[in-house]
Amino acid sequence: MTARQEPATPAGPLETARPAAAPAIGGNGPRRPHSYSLLAQDRRFGYALVAPAVVALLAITAFPLIYNIWNSFHQVNYLFPATFGDFAGIANYKRLFTDNLFVPSLVRTLGFTAVSVAVELVIGLALALALNRPFRGRGIVRAAVLIPWAVPTVLSAQLWKSMFDPQSGFVNYVLAHLHLPLGHTTWLAGTWTAWGAILIADAWRNIPFMTLLLLAGLQVIPRDIYEAARIDGAGAWQTFRRLTLPLLKPALMVALIFRTLSSFLIFDVVYVMTGGGPGNSTQVLAYFNWQAMLQQYNYGYGAAVSVALMLMALIIAAVYVVAFRTEQVL
Amino acid sequence: MSAASTTPTRYQTVRRRRTAGRVAGRSGFYLLVSAFVVASLFPFYWIVITSLKTDNEISQGTKSLLPGHITWGNYANDFTKQDFVRPLINSVIVAGATTILTVIIASLAGYALARSRIRGKQLIQGFLLVAGFFPVIAMIGPLFIAYRRVGLLDSLPGLVIAYLIYTLPLATWFLAGFFGQIPRELEEAAIVDGATRLQALRKVIIPVAVPGIFTVAILGFILCWNDFLIAVSFMTTPSRYTAPLAIVGLGQSQYQTFFNLIDAAVVIVTLPIALIMLFAQRRIISGLTAGSFR
Repeated sequence: MTARQEPATPAGPLETARPAAAPAIGGNGPRRPHSYSLLAQDRRFGYALVAPAVVALLAITAFPLIYNIWNSFHQVNYLFPATFGDFAGIANYKRLFTDNLFVPSLVRTLGFTAVSVAVELVIGLALALALNRPFRGRGIVRAAVLIPWAVPTVLSAQLWKSMFDPQSGFVNYVLAHLHLPLGHTTWLAGTWTAWGAILIADAWRNIPFMTLLLLAGLQVIPRDIYEAARIDGAGAWQTFRRLTLPLLKPALMVALIFRTLSSFLIFDVVYVMTGGGPGNSTQVLAYFNWQAMLQQYNYGYGAAVSVALMLMALIIAAVYVVAFRTEQVL
Repeated sequence: MSAASTTPTRYQTVRRRRTAGRVAGRSGFYLLVSAFVVASLFPFYWIVITSLKTDNEISQGTKSLLPGHITWGNYANDFTKQDFVRPLINSVIVAGATTILTVIIASLAGYALARSRIRGKQLIQGFLLVAGFFPVIAMIGPLFIAYRRVGLLDSLPGLVIAYLIYTLPLATWFLAGFFGQIPRELEEAAIVDGATRLQALRKVIIPVAVPGIFTVAILGFILCWNDFLIAVSFMTTPSRYTAPLAIVGLGQSQYQTFFNLIDAAVVIVTLPIALIMLFAQRRIISGLTAGSFR
């Protein structure tokens, strides 16, 4: 539609960038006297193909985003039909700060995110470095190490719940047999032991993902750089610090953004293993958000929490991008 | 050589010491690697042997690391008494339908993004990238309200639509890159031979793009199969549950949790994905990493 306004543009940079496209389609030209310019025709075709995806994406991602913001300023509570849809001002946002569950769960979530990402990064990096070295049986080892990622998150939580079960589980059996402490712990009943169990369940499933992304990053680094470093007499640590780490930066950034965001939004594992308990001690933001909506039917307040969550996710991603960019300049 | 073996030269001692160090390093390395392998595989072993235990053995607690009386009863129980079949079928239907829908929509869009000179291409691609990172929990509320209005709550089609959140951004992004790598000459030749562009796409490009489409399909299927958040938010009727949702309610009694029953179901649900992962590892990795490296 808009393309018709400038039918004369197919010249210039477009043509030089893709020299082959126009002449070939041009062979079709005379047969279609009604068509406008080739560019317009090409665009109409393109728009038609893109349309379903754009419409679907707008409906399932952009619309909820905007609708969320609208809801967050309104009373949207199914328990109070009389006021349903009334303007609420910033009441929902105000409640975030007065709610004695929101701020603590924010703190817990940030703490969990920091610890889990750090643990996953260290182990994932070590694994990626190991798997990047050639050794016998590497293919099998790689498959074995990556396989936990195939387990759906909820099921990995179920799996670890069954490992940590005091009665029919594995962890207590081994600890008690080796006369180690904690052999008689009811893991999910204590705050810190429950967090430990959640951390292990989450790390077990997600370290493979971290490893996978870092390994892909390592494999892009050309081998001869290492050759050169060795000839120049660089030690293992020096090579890692000065060569591998800087060259791994793009992969590190992507892996860290992915993992930090998904740790920050942890839901399945908490839902299955602790349900936020004992008390509210493993309550995390996503679970808090979900409860506000699905259990308390307060979709206005839930929307405010969601908006806050999205903003924080955005900030996290931005911090990483900026941090990695400035370091690259130096 | 023979002379050297009786009185080793200095060079050889150094070298031998070095090899000794290397052997130690090597075995340390293998030790580390095997520790990782055990850590990632042992839980699988544990759920498999737990799934083969009798209720009695579960009540008595763990007595050994080896399987006890092997019984297939829990699997039979899951399939018959617990009616775990229905959720499994639901999962297959929903994940399958979403995958097919994703492949169609994303192939068309990906091709257009790679080949046509539409405006706003950068905008769309930027949006795809950002949409891939949108927190799903933030989509739940608005979709719930909208679904309630149009009657999509607690329905499988509702799940299929919502699952596109997981698949569509990644799939479109990946396929745009994939189509971009296919030589232009292919479709040009087809067009010169008198094919329309749609025909060229359908008969020439799509067949060439099968590996890429296959990657997207596998990844999409896994992502849908793994969903819990959307299903637990929208589904209320047990006969419409997906498998992960059904597992969470399985094996609970007033006095104890029957992990043998749960773990049998965990094995059933995990097995297909684990097999897909093993056989299509390369594709999955290429799909995931292409999503993250431009």
